[in-house]
Amino acid sequence: MSMRAPLARVRGLGSAKAGAHHWWAQRLSAIALVPLLLWFVASLTSVATADYATAVSWISSPWNSALLVLMIGAIFYHAQLGMQVVFEDYISSHCLQVTAIILVRFLALLLAVVSIITVLRIAWGS
Amino acid sequence: MGNTDRPLSPHLQVYKPQLTATLSILHRASGVFLAIGTILLVYWLMALAGGAESYAQAQGFFGSIVGRVILFPWVFALFYHLCNGIRHLFWDMGVGFEIETVYASGKLVVVAAVALTLIAFGMAYAMQGGMA
Repeated sequence: MSMRAPLARVRGLGSAKAGAHHWWAQRLSAIALVPLLLWFVASLTSVATADYATAVSWISSPWNSALLVLMIGAIFYHAQLGMQVVFEDYISSHCLQVTAIILVRFLALLLAVVSIITVLRIAWGS
Repeated sequence: MGNTDRPLSPHLQVYKPQLTATLSILHRASGVFLAIGTILLVYWLMALAGGAESYAQAQGFFGSIVGRVILFPWVFALFYHLCNGIRHLFWDMGVGFEIETVYASGKLVVVAAVALTLIAFGMAYAMQGGMA
């Protein structure tokens, strides 16, 4: 027996069986970012204040470039999830809200890919 | 639409600002600020990929007054969002909802965020290129 009203079913409303996905994805990326960001900021205090060669050799280490790529992925994923909630809460126009969510999602993806490619280029020295 | 004569809940501005509500909105604000600030990370990486000259230029920018004025609140926002995020994760596990605990953890988050920011900049100034 369906617990859903016929009207809701016709309109396609109700559970899409993925209600907790956003919540869970936000927590998961948050948990990943705690150690990654502490490592990154701690590393930057010495790396970013040193010269060019130091920064390049730091990124070129496989562990560092791997962690950086993971961190970049988690950062932009988490940022985009967070911005989505902010838009959903504060933009009342549905059209504007969806537009903002889509634009930020694309922008986050673009920046993530650009950052990852940049890290790999530095690491592989081309 | 609905009945407009319904009683309204008191407006936000008649409330005395409370630590809990303030930290809550600051979590959002710092999140948005950090999301915009990711552009700093992209800039740093691109400058590094661009070679020694562009990297020196970026370092010059981050070391300038303008750079520091942007970087300091950015690092503070990062640590605040990180610490308060951990507080949220405890709430997600159902831990720490007692009103005294909520206030205590809130104060702890602010102290930890300030301390971590000062430690990070202290380390950066102490190192000043002395990574070796």
